[in-house]
Amino acid sequence: MDLSPKQSSPSESTRFPDEVLERVLALLTSPKDRNAVSLVCKDWYTADSWSRRHVFIGNCYSVSPEIVARRFPRIRSVTLKGKPRFSDFNLVPDNWGADVHSWLLVFASGCPFLEELRLKRMRVTDESLEFLALNFPNFRALSLLSCDGFSTSGLATVATHCKNLTELDIQENGIEDLSGDWLSCFPENFNTLEVLNFSNLITDVNPGVLERLVSRCRSLKVLKLNRTSSLDRLQRLLVSAPQLTELGAGSFSEELTLQQHAELKYAFGLCKNLSVLSGFWDASALNLSAVYPACSRLSFLNMSYTALQSPELASLLPHCPCLRRLWVLDSVGDKGLEAVGANCPSLEEIRVFPTDPFDEDMLHTVTESGIVAVSQGCPKLHYILYFCRQMTNAAVATVVRNCPDFTHFRLCIMNPGQPDHTTNQPMDEAFGAVVKACKKLKRLSISGLLTDLTFKYIGEYAKNLEALSVAFAGSSDLGMQYVMEGCSKLKKLEIRDCPFGNVALLSGLERYESMRSLWMSACNVTIDGCRSLAREMPRLNVEVMKEEGSDDCKADKVYVYRTVAGPRRDAPPSVLTFSGL
Amino acid sequence: MMEECSKGSGAACSPKLLDLIPKEMEWAVAKGESGDVERSSVEIRKLELRLGLPGDDEWSLKNTNTAKNINRERDHHDSLFSLGYFNHGHHHNHHHHFHHHQPSHKAGSHEISPQVGPVAGSSSSSVWFNQQQQQQLAPPSSFLQFPTTTKAATDKQQSSCLLLPTVAKESSQPCCTKVGAIDLQQSPAEKKAFSPPAAPPTPANTAVANSSQKRTAPGPVVGWPPIRSFRKNLASSSSSSKQNGNPNKKAATSDKPVEACKKGMFVKINMDGVPIGRKVDLTAYDSYPRLSTAVDELFRGLLAAQRDSSAGGNMNKQQQEEEEKAITGLLDGSGEYTLVYEDNEGDRMLVGDVPWHMFVSTVKRLRVLKSSEVSALSRE
Repeated sequence: MDLSPKQSSPSESTRFPDEVLERVLALLTSPKDRNAVSLVCKDWYTADSWSRRHVFIGNCYSVSPEIVARRFPRIRSVTLKGKPRFSDFNLVPDNWGADVHSWLLVFASGCPFLEELRLKRMRVTDESLEFLALNFPNFRALSLLSCDGFSTSGLATVATHCKNLTELDIQENGIEDLSGDWLSCFPENFNTLEVLNFSNLITDVNPGVLERLVSRCRSLKVLKLNRTSSLDRLQRLLVSAPQLTELGAGSFSEELTLQQHAELKYAFGLCKNLSVLSGFWDASALNLSAVYPACSRLSFLNMSYTALQSPELASLLPHCPCLRRLWVLDSVGDKGLEAVGANCPSLEEIRVFPTDPFDEDMLHTVTESGIVAVSQGCPKLHYILYFCRQMTNAAVATVVRNCPDFTHFRLCIMNPGQPDHTTNQPMDEAFGAVVKACKKLKRLSISGLLTDLTFKYIGEYAKNLEALSVAFAGSSDLGMQYVMEGCSKLKKLEIRDCPFGNVALLSGLERYESMRSLWMSACNVTIDGCRSLAREMPRLNVEVMKEEGSDDCKADKVYVYRTVAGPRRDAPPSVLTFSGL
Repeated sequence: MMEECSKGSGAACSPKLLDLIPKEMEWAVAKGESGDVERSSVEIRKLELRLGLPGDDEWSLKNTNTAKNINRERDHHDSLFSLGYFNHGHHHNHHHHFHHHQPSHKAGSHEISPQVGPVAGSSSSSVWFNQQQQQQLAPPSSFLQFPTTTKAATDKQQSSCLLLPTVAKESSQPCCTKVGAIDLQQSPAEKKAFSPPAAPPTPANTAVANSSQKRTAPGPVVGWPPIRSFRKNLASSSSSSKQNGNPNKKAATSDKPVEACKKGMFVKINMDGVPIGRKVDLTAYDSYPRLSTAVDELFRGLLAAQRDSSAGGNMNKQQQEEEEKAITGLLDGSGEYTLVYEDNEGDRMLVGDVPWHMFVSTVKRLRVLKSSEVSALSRE
C-alpha cells in the first residue's frame, strides 16, 4: 500500500502529512495505544501499519502469519505466544500445534528485516532455528520461554549464522540438551552479545570458550549461567564483566577455601550495576555471604532454585535495601517471610514456590502467617504468587487490608478444595476480600474450597480483572455465569475440574469475542455444548481435546479463542475443531 | 446450594449412594485424627484390605485394563476426596481431618449427594469422574479388587474401590447413556467396574481412603499444583545433590559429562533377583522401546551373574553366555520380566500406558518384576 501524500480535500488545510504522522506515531510503542490509533481512520490505520515495529500476538492462532505480514510489512520484532498456559502443567498433548515454522516461512518473504523473535509456549524445531538463522540477515534477538521441540544443535546454528546476535535467551524449555558445543559456534571475532541466558541447559559449555566470549562482548549486560557452571568460573567471569546488570549464578554449593571465598566476594564487589540476581543452585549459607557486596542496587532477587533457609535469607536481605521483587522457595518458612517483611520496605512483588510439591512429610511449608508478615512490612506489594498448604480467610483479608494495591493475586493452596483450616469454612470470604479491596486487580488465581459465592464476589467487584485461573472450585454453572456477566475486561479464563457445564459455557457468548481465550478442562461441558457455541459464534474457534477412552459426548478439554484466521488446519487428530463457519 | 446437581448438563440428580462401610471407617478415622496420620492410614489400609475379595476371577479379567485404568481410578478416587464439587461438608471434614486434626465425625451427618452424577468428564489426567464410569458401576461384589497379595502400593489405591456404593444406572447424563464409549479395555462394563465409586458412602470413608493412598500429604493430581516441570525436578535434584555432599567442582565439570538430557532425570531401577540396583537417565530416551532396550542392557549381565552365583558359581563360560539372554517383552507382558514404575504419588504402575512425556514427569523409580508376580497387572 503506498503512502500517497495529501489526498486533496480542501477543507483539511490543517491535515498532517503522512510522513509527519508516522513520525509522531513512532513514538507510541504500547500495542494498546497503537491498536487504538489504527482505529481512528483509514489514513491513521495505514500510517500505523507502515510504522509499526513491534507486534505482540498473544495467541498465535488468532491471526495468520500472512495477515500479519501483509498488514505490518516493516515489523522488526515479533512476540508470539502459542499453547494454552496449562500446557506448562502437562495438560495439553505434545503434538497440539503452535509450531513457529509456518510463521518463519511467511516472514522470510514478507518481513525479511525481522530482528527480534520472542516465543512463549511454541513448538520450535532445529529446522526452524536453522531457517531463522539463515533467512533473516538482520536477526539480532531470540528469546524462547517454555518452548519445546528443539535441541542444542538448533542453538548451534543460531550461534553460527547470526552475525549480529545481541540476545540469546533460552528459558525453561523442553530442550534436548545434547552438548555444550553450541557455545563454541560463535565466531572468534563475534562480540555483539548483550544478553546470554542458558540457565535452562544442563550440559556444560566449554569454560574457555565462555570466558573468551564474555571478555570480547563488552556490551554484555545479562549473563545467566547454567547449573553446571562452577564458582571458579563465575569468579573469573565477574572480574571480566563487571558491567553486568543481570547475573544468573550457577551452582553455589562448592566448598571454598578462605582465599577463594575472598576472591569471589571481591569479584562480586566489582559489579556495581547488578540489579537482578538469580541462579544459585544449592547455595550454602557461607557462599551466599560472598554475594553481599553486589546487592546494594539489587531490585530483583530470584532465589527460587535453591532451598534457602530462613536464617540465610534473614542474613541476605539487609544487604538488599532496594529490593522490589523477590522469588523464593517455601523452604524459607514463615520465619523467612517475617525477615522479608522486616527488611524490604520497597518490596512490590513476592513469589513463593514449593520446594517439593509432592512433599509427603510437609517439611517445607509456609502458612498464612508468612503472607501476613510480608504484607505488614511491605505496603507497596502489588504482585503475589504464593504456594502454601494452609490458609485462612482472616489472613487473606488482613493481607489485602495492608496492601490494597494488588494487581496480581495468585494464591495456590496446594491441596485441592481445602477449606480455611481454622474455621473449616470455604475460602470464599478470602477472595471476596481480595476483590473488594483491590480495585486494580488484573490477575487472580483462586484455590481452596470455594463455592459459587466466590464467583459472585468476583463478578461483582473485580471489574478490572483480565485474567482468572480457577481449579477445583464452584458448586454450579452459576459460578462461571457470575464471572462471565460481571467481568467485562476479562481476557483470559482458565478453568479446570469445576462443575461448570454447557449452560455456563454458553453464558459467556457475549464475552468470548473480547477475550483472548477460554480453557475448560475436566468440567461438565459436552460436545453438543461446544457445537452450539461454535454455531452461535462463528468467529471463535472451539477446540476440544479428547482423552482416550472418554465418552463420545464429553468435551474433556475445551479451548475457545477468537480468531480472524478461521479454524486451524494443523490440529492433530485428538483435537476436534468446531467452527460456525 | 451444595446439594444441587449441576443443572448445566441437564442431568437428573443421581440417587443417593449407599453407605456401605460407615462405622468402621469412621472409627478408623477417628482413631487416626488425634495423632499420627501415617499410622491411621496404615490401619485404614489394613481395614480396606480385609474387606477386599482376593483373587476374584472377574477381577483378573478386568485387570487387563492395566495400569491406565488403575491410574484413572486413582485419580478419580482422589477426586472424590479432594474436590469442591461434592457436598462441601464432607469435603471440609475430610481435609480437615488430615491436615488439621479436627474431628471428622460430624461429616457423618452429611449425605453424599450424588450430584456427582453430572460430574465433569474426566480422564486419566483429571480428577473428575467420567460419566460412563458412574453409569456402569456394577454391584460391589463384582468389582473386587485387587488381591491382597498385590503390592502395597496398588493395594492402597485399589482398596479404596471397596467403598463403591451401588450407584444405579440412572445416575447418568442423558447424553452419556450409551455404553459404547471408546475404550481400550476389554469391555466398557468391566472398565467401569474398575472405576471408583462416584462418591464414598460417607466422608469419613473418603478421608480414610484418601489417606490410605496419599500418606500424609494432599494427593497430587496431574498438572497440579500448577508449577512448571523444571521446578519439580529442582527438589529431587537439589536433595540428591545434598545427599552426595558438596560436589567438588571437578566432579561437576569433569570428563564424565552429565548425560545429555532435558533435566537430567536419573531414577533408580531395581530388578527382581538382582540385589544391586542401577540408575537410569530417563531423559536420554525418548520412547518406551528405547527404555526397554536400555533396561535389558543394564541388567542382562547382572542377571546372568546372579544366576551364576546362585548356581554356586560353577557355570563355565559357555553356560554363562547362554544364561545371558536378552531381557525382552518388558513392556507387553510377553517376557519373563515386566517393567513397572512408582509414580510421584507412590503408586506402582505398569510402564507404557501414558505418553512418554507424561511418564517422565511422574515417574520416581523403576522396577523390573517377574511377570508372574505382576500377573494381576499384566496385559493380555
